[in-house]
Amino acid sequence: MESSVLLPVLALLCALAFVAGRSRSLAVAGVGGMRILNSLPFYYGSLTAFWCALPSLAVVLIWSIFDGVIIENMVHALVPPAAVEAAGGNIGLVMNQVRNLAAGHLSADSVEPAIAAAADRLVALERINRWALTGVALSFALIGAILAWLKINPQLRARAKVEDIFRWTLLACASLAILTTIGIVMSVLFESMRFFSKVPVTEFLFGLEWSPQTAIRADQQGSSGSFGAVPLFAGTLLIAGIALLVAVPTGLMVAIYLTEYASPRMRNLIKPVLEILAGIPTVVYGFFAALTVAPVIRDMGVNLGLDEWLTISSESALAAGLVMGVMIIPFVSSLSDDVITAVPRSLKDGALGLGSTRSEVVKLVVIPAALPGIVGSVLLAASRAIGETMIVVMAAGLAANLTANPFDSVTTVTVQIVTLLVGDQEFESAKTLAAFALGLVLFVVTLGLNYFALYIVRKYREQYE
Amino acid sequence: MQQTLEQKPPVSPKVSAPPMAPTFSIPEPAQMPVSADYKTVGVPLVENAKFAMRDVNVFYGEKQAVFNVNLDIGENEVIAMIGPSGCGKSTFLRCLNRMNDTIDICRVTGSIQLDGEEIYASKMDVVPLRARVGMVFQKPNPFPKSIYENVAYGPKIHGLASRRVDLDEIVETSLRRAGLWEEVKDRLDAPGTGLSGGQQQRLCIARTIAVSPEVILMDEPCSALDPIATAKIEELIAELSQNYTIAIVTHSMQQAARVSHRTAYFHLGKLIEVNDTQKVFTTPDHALTEAYITGRFG
Amino acid sequence: MSNTNKKAPARTMDLVERSLARRYGAEKRFRFYGVISVVIGVLALALLFWEIFSAGLGGFRQTHIQLTLKFDPDVLEIADARDARQVQNGNFEGVVRAALAERFPAVLDRGGRRDLNGILSIGAAFDLRDKLVDEPELLGQTRTYWLLADDDVDTYYKSLREGNAFTARTSEARQVWIQELIDGGELRTQFNTRLFTSGDSSEPEMAGILGAVVGSLLTLLVTFILSFPIGVAAAVYLEEYAPRNRFTDFIEVNISNLAAVPSIIFGLLGLAIFIGLFGMPRSIPLVGGLVLTLMTLPTIIISSRNAIKAVPPSIREAALGIGASKMQMILHHVLPLAMPGMLTGAIIGMAQALGETAPLLMIGMVAFIMDVPNGISDPATVLPVQIFLWSDSPERAFVERTSAAIMVLLAFLVCMNTLAVWLRKRLERRW
Repeated sequence: MESSVLLPVLALLCALAFVAGRSRSLAVAGVGGMRILNSLPFYYGSLTAFWCALPSLAVVLIWSIFDGVIIENMVHALVPPAAVEAAGGNIGLVMNQVRNLAAGHLSADSVEPAIAAAADRLVALERINRWALTGVALSFALIGAILAWLKINPQLRARAKVEDIFRWTLLACASLAILTTIGIVMSVLFESMRFFSKVPVTEFLFGLEWSPQTAIRADQQGSSGSFGAVPLFAGTLLIAGIALLVAVPTGLMVAIYLTEYASPRMRNLIKPVLEILAGIPTVVYGFFAALTVAPVIRDMGVNLGLDEWLTISSESALAAGLVMGVMIIPFVSSLSDDVITAVPRSLKDGALGLGSTRSEVVKLVVIPAALPGIVGSVLLAASRAIGETMIVVMAAGLAANLTANPFDSVTTVTVQIVTLLVGDQEFESAKTLAAFALGLVLFVVTLGLNYFALYIVRKYREQYE
Repeated sequence: MQQTLEQKPPVSPKVSAPPMAPTFSIPEPAQMPVSADYKTVGVPLVENAKFAMRDVNVFYGEKQAVFNVNLDIGENEVIAMIGPSGCGKSTFLRCLNRMNDTIDICRVTGSIQLDGEEIYASKMDVVPLRARVGMVFQKPNPFPKSIYENVAYGPKIHGLASRRVDLDEIVETSLRRAGLWEEVKDRLDAPGTGLSGGQQQRLCIARTIAVSPEVILMDEPCSALDPIATAKIEELIAELSQNYTIAIVTHSMQQAARVSHRTAYFHLGKLIEVNDTQKVFTTPDHALTEAYITGRFG
Repeated sequence: MSNTNKKAPARTMDLVERSLARRYGAEKRFRFYGVISVVIGVLALALLFWEIFSAGLGGFRQTHIQLTLKFDPDVLEIADARDARQVQNGNFEGVVRAALAERFPAVLDRGGRRDLNGILSIGAAFDLRDKLVDEPELLGQTRTYWLLADDDVDTYYKSLREGNAFTARTSEARQVWIQELIDGGELRTQFNTRLFTSGDSSEPEMAGILGAVVGSLLTLLVTFILSFPIGVAAAVYLEEYAPRNRFTDFIEVNISNLAAVPSIIFGLLGLAIFIGLFGMPRSIPLVGGLVLTLMTLPTIIISSRNAIKAVPPSIREAALGIGASKMQMILHHVLPLAMPGMLTGAIIGMAQALGETAPLLMIGMVAFIMDVPNGISDPATVLPVQIFLWSDSPERAFVERTSAAIMVLLAFLVCMNTLAVWLRKRLERRW
């Protein structure tokens, strides 16, 4: 049975188990009615339903994780070594062929008989597998439900048991955050290790040439190109730097103006308007940067006569950086807003009472007091800028230039991850694996920034609590 | 620990001292220290106790809030617990139906028995316990549901009524006993939060008695109410005392005097004196009690 | 001593007053910087919207050409219009060409004819086929229709109307024919229904966003179904059950860090785990939904926790006080009261997910897919990715379609955010 049928059948069984458990609890209660039951009939029903569902679902889950691998291995055995030889020793290619044949994407005439046999075997095994899974899952469901049903008696603490299940379910959901982190670390770490077995870490971290598509020297280890990521790091920093140069002063001044100067009406008007900036999808900013800002920047550069000294490219770091800066303004302003309003009134009153002007209060009291918080929010903004993808993909370009010229096109870590992974790819090539190594660097750097920023902000909050 | 909403206790009628500045508090009389192994004066223990507490200590983390309390509460008795703010009386009351379980850092030692059964035993299920020992809180806290749903909720979750008519009957009886039926019978579907403060508190009492508890704990039930509503609740307590065992924490000494049979005086987490209410308010045995009821501190 | 004391105030005031002008100047400048910053933000927003809207409005109109054509059975090679197979293979392009030749009899040479045929989209023939399928009795009859023009004609006509004709991709002969059609009232723009009723296409005039919108909705459906219950459950655990210990702290640290991890990293996770390890197919909304679930979970958990925190403790005490168990207290009281707040947070999370592009590129939702997906396991793309793909296309006509698609995306986001605000205003209880 297909899983799309199996799951509804399981759900139906659970519903039946619920009804059966509920009515049995009323039956065992007898004339005493439900007052003599330890828990409400609802809980007896729920307990029975859980016993019906949980073991069975666990079996389905474990089964589905392992069945693919097991079937694959059984089919592998059928593929003749000659066929693997023919495919250049790549068993994956042969297995793809087998799978395509089994799924009916290929006709049996176009391949060797051994492969056709393997495909037949695959189809048969998959059918057996499906029915076996159905049988096992349903019998687990039935056995679980019947066992629970038999155990029902007025003393059974059904409610307490249901509450335990509830609590454990909640805990499992909360732990998903940990699982996700582990998943991220595992996925980038393992692939990166494989990458570093092909390309030395030092070449990756300190190399000045990035051209993953083509080999530059014959003796290169990666054999498909050179993987010196310094130009990417430099490009990322250049664009993020431009973005922060725009976003930090603007965002900070917006926050100061809105908290210290603007009337409540103005504040209520401006804040949501600026928050719209934060809600616009990054792909829209990317389009805006590529279509509107980049040509303007290029023309400006040419008109100023800068092209005599500098390379002026149609995809410039400046365009991407400026637009990214605009995108981060509300991010900086709302974070700074929080830290500025957290500065105690008494401090400001103290300064005002001495006859300071409002700007002096801000410059001499508010900003120094809020500085750790502001630094924290700048770090968070920096991590946002470094990890931002779509704007740079659409507006910054692909050329791995090592330059500090903002009119030139540069590339970033995120752009390269996208370029390397979009489109056809084999999991084994150094090119694909390089993307994961870049991902690892990105993850480590942003995680460090976030952790540090949150630490600073927390310390700052504690100070005024 | 003490809620900020608490009223200042009214000054005893005997004393007509000028009102004190609110920031100023009289320190504890130094000549009357209470050591850790103090002994409660008066009659803390009775025969046929409904509740029997022995050597009860309550800790919040490192801080001890209640010290070695020994006290019995008799069947169908109304016992009032009085004392200055932060004296641990509310904390102590909340131990009686394990409401303190909701506070992570709270720890209770000693023995509290309800009809000879240890309520802090590990196998004790708090749900049926709280059905037996109901609680009315300081601030009226009706659920944001209809009046009917408020009262019917307890019977529903405890499975006290299997048919709608039974439930209707429980709701009507409970509202009648809480003296609220006549006021709300035409609008049982109206939200409980729309009632006046006093009505809300009576609704909460109705909600509590709908589960037919054996004991009702009241944690300053009138502190958020005006005098007229307070008078109604006090009448209600007097009526309920015929059928229920009631423990009431109050800040108002007059209220304690009006509604209770016995009064327990707490001071800094220690149970100083328990006596007949009459005696506590006329000739207390302990100097601290006297100091409190004459308004020397609070 | 007393002497200096008497004189000092006067001297201080002098000093203060002398510096006053400078200080007020600084004050004014500072305030001005603030105003400028606000203005920069607002102007950037206005410019962005102006650019998108001015470019995108044209995308909602499409040039059509009026042509009288005969459903000639001989040209079509269709004997029976009720035979689906015959109609499917019918030579509708032949009909179109014949009609064009009739309209412009002067064009005789092969090159000119090819150029002429190119002013209509190949989609025009498909439309005729659909018409014949709907009305088989049309076979052998003559009708006048507005047919879909080619994207180059569309671009040229629209630019012509704006006064600076874009002639790079329109031959002079075509410009003449188009002028002739305009003069005869046989060329006009109509509302671009195809934009909303078809999937992607390499021909701009035939490309639509329906496939991407359905893909987005399916992806969001998966995201919502998974992330809302899991997020709420996690929030309930952390607010109502979690003991104060290292494990709980660890969960909290993880949640706050995940909230700030770049979205592209979640794409890498999806690629390595869901596709690489679990062997799920690429490009399907199910995997997209899973990735976005992991990405939006922190947002939903954080907002749900705030909603749960806002439920006053007195309600919890009331429930516990009459003997409700913890689960009953949560399910009967806390969750219903926190629901509006949690839904608001979830909608905002969904709005974020709807605009997300980068992680979906990683899991292959960037493929060129013409069909509208039918389920969560059909290959699909999503609206932001469609925008990305179109913005990369060289045809000029795609620029206005990209902007139009952005307008649709922004309209969805505005609706979702309005819903969230409305929900918060309307249903959230103030305590």
